[in-house]
Amino acid sequence: MSSSTTPSTLNSPVTVPADSTHGVLADFLQETSALTRRLFIQLQRRPSTLLAGIIQPLMWLILFGALFQNAPTGFLGSEISYGRFIGAGIIVFTAFGGALNAGLPVMFDREFGFLNRLLVAPLASRYSIVMASAIFITAMSTIQTIAIIAMSAFLGAGLPSATGLVLVGAIVLLLVVGVTALSLGLAFSLPGHIELIAVIFVTNLPLLFASTALVPLSFMPPWLQWVATLNPLSYAIEPIRYVYLHPEWSWQSVVLHAPFGDVTLGAALLVLIGFCAIALLSIQPRLKRAFA
Amino acid sequence: MAPAVLIEKLQKKYGAVEAVKDVSLRIEPGEIFGLLGPNGAGKTTTLRCLCTLAEPNAGKIEVSGISVLEQPKLARQKLGYVAQEVAIDKVLTGRELLELQAALYHLPRAIAKSQIEAVIQRLGLKDYADKKSGTYSGGLKKRLDLAAGLLHQPDVLVLDEPTVGLDIESRVAVWEFLRKIRAEGTTVLLTSHYLEEIDMLADRVAIIDQGKVIAAGTPSDLKDKVGGDRITLRIREFTALDEAETAKTLLADLAPVQEVIINTAQGNSLNLVVRPQSDALTAVQTALHQANLPIFGIAQSRPSLDDVYLAATGRTLLDAEIAAAGTRDEKAERKKQMR
Repeated sequence: MSSSTTPSTLNSPVTVPADSTHGVLADFLQETSALTRRLFIQLQRRPSTLLAGIIQPLMWLILFGALFQNAPTGFLGSEISYGRFIGAGIIVFTAFGGALNAGLPVMFDREFGFLNRLLVAPLASRYSIVMASAIFITAMSTIQTIAIIAMSAFLGAGLPSATGLVLVGAIVLLLVVGVTALSLGLAFSLPGHIELIAVIFVTNLPLLFASTALVPLSFMPPWLQWVATLNPLSYAIEPIRYVYLHPEWSWQSVVLHAPFGDVTLGAALLVLIGFCAIALLSIQPRLKRAFA
Repeated sequence: MAPAVLIEKLQKKYGAVEAVKDVSLRIEPGEIFGLLGPNGAGKTTTLRCLCTLAEPNAGKIEVSGISVLEQPKLARQKLGYVAQEVAIDKVLTGRELLELQAALYHLPRAIAKSQIEAVIQRLGLKDYADKKSGTYSGGLKKRLDLAAGLLHQPDVLVLDEPTVGLDIESRVAVWEFLRKIRAEGTTVLLTSHYLEEIDMLADRVAIIDQGKVIAAGTPSDLKDKVGGDRITLRIREFTALDEAETAKTLLADLAPVQEVIINTAQGNSLNLVVRPQSDALTAVQTALHQANLPIFGIAQSRPSLDDVYLAATGRTLLDAEIAAAGTRDEKAERKKQMR
C-alpha cells in the first residue's frame, strides 16, 4: 500500500458491525485465536518452558520408579510393577501442575496493565481469555502426556489401546479446562502474584500426596482414603490407570474402591465433567466484574 | 449531535476513599479536551469509569450517546484507551501486538491489515514494527501504544498522562499526533498535570481537584475570568505569617491591586492580581519600601492555568503535587489500578 492512500484508510468509517449481537461466535473465535496465538508466540520465543515441561515429568517417572523399585511385592495389590503403576499419576500430576500455573501469566498481565487492554476491548466474552489459556495448556499437556506415555512404554509399562488413548486425552482435557478456569479465577481475584504463587504452593503437592497418584488407595490409612476419594485428581488418575492395565475396559468397570462405595469408569468421568462445569461457572462473577 | 463524551455527577469510591466526588463533563465531537489537576485529584479514576474498567457508584456516562453502563460492549467499540503505564508485551513485535489488538476489536482481516499499515506509517514505526517491543525506547513504546489505541478508529481517544516520563522530542511528537487526529475528526480526551501541555493543546479544559470539577471552559476564557496580571512577591525567602499579613493589608489598598493571596505552601509568598498594563510593579515596590519591608523576589506575569487553579483552591498545582506525593499510598493505588 502506498503511503498516499494511508490517511484515507484511516478516515474511512469504522466497519466494525455496530450490532453487537451479530456474529458473536465469530467474534469469540477471532479473539480466542488471537489470544492463543500470543501464548504460542511467547512459547516459541521462550522455549525453555516447553523443555522444562517435558524433562520434569520424565524425571518424576524415573525417580519415583527407582524410589519404589524395592517396595514389597503385593504393595500395589497385584503383580504389576511400580513403573507401570506410576505412569497415570505422573500424567495427571503434570497436566494438573501446568493448568494450576495458567493463572500466573494472566496475573502478570494484570500487574503490568496488559490485562486492561483486554478489558477495555469489546470482547464477545471474557471467557475467550480462559479459553485461550485452556487451549494453550491443553497443547502443552498433550505434548507432555505423549512424552510420558512414550517414556513409560520405553521403561516397559506398555501402551493403552487406541480407544484407551482417546479416553486418556479426554480426561486430561477435562482436568486441564477445569483447573485452568480455577487458576484464572484466582488470578482475577487475588491481590498479586505473590499470593497466587502461595496458593499454588499449598495446593500442588498436597493434592498430589492426597490422591492415588503415588500409592493405591488400599495402602493409605482410612482417613486419607476419604481425602483421596474426595480429591478430583483421583478421578482422573484411576480411569487412566485402569485403561493402562486393562485392555478390556468398559464404562461399568470399577476403577476406584472408595470408602463410600465403588466408582465406575463412567461415574469417574461424570465427576470430572461436573468438576469442570462447576469450575467454569464459579469464575463467571470474577470475569464479569467491572461489568462485562 | 450527541456529545462525544457526557459525564454527569460521577461518583466513585474505593472503600472509604472517595476518589471522584462530583465530576460532570461534556465533550463535543472533534475537540481536544484536557483534564487538568494534581496527582490524586481523580483524573485517572474518571477515565477508568469512562473506559469500563471501574464501575461508578453514581452518575451517568455516555459515549456518542451510548450509555457506558448499559451497553458497555458498544461503548468499548467507540473508545480507544491509552493508559499511563505503557501496556505492551515485550515478547511480541509491534506488528504482532497490533494484530492482537485488531482481533480484540474484531476488525475483518483485510481492514485489520490496511489499518495496521496505516497506524505504523502514521506513528513512524515502520523500521521497528517487526522488532520485539521489549527493545523499544520509552518514546517508541508510547507510540506503539498510541497506534494500538487508534487502530479501530474510535470516536474518542482517551489518554491518561500521555507524555509522563517521555523525553521532550517524544512529547512534541505526541502533541503533533494528537493535533493531527483532531484535524481528522477524532475526539481526544487527555489528562495531564502539566499545565503548559493542556494550555497549548486543549480546546477546552476542566480542572479537577479532590474529586470535583472546580473550573471548566476554554483555557483563554478561564484565564480571562481570573483576570489581571500576576505579581509573585517574596518579602523574605521564608516570610513570617504575621509579616505577610501586614504586607497583604498594605498592598490590598493600592489602586492597581485587585486581590492578594498568601501562598502558605511557598514560604508565605504573596500572589497579587493586578490590573493589566498598570504601573502595579512600581506601586508595590514603593509601598513596601515606605513600610520598611524588604523584597527578596518579585516578578510579574500573565495569568496561567495555574492561576485559575490557585484562585479556586488557594494553592498552586506544584504545591498540590508535593502535598499529594507525601500522602500517597503507592501500594494501595497499584492495587486499585489492578481491579
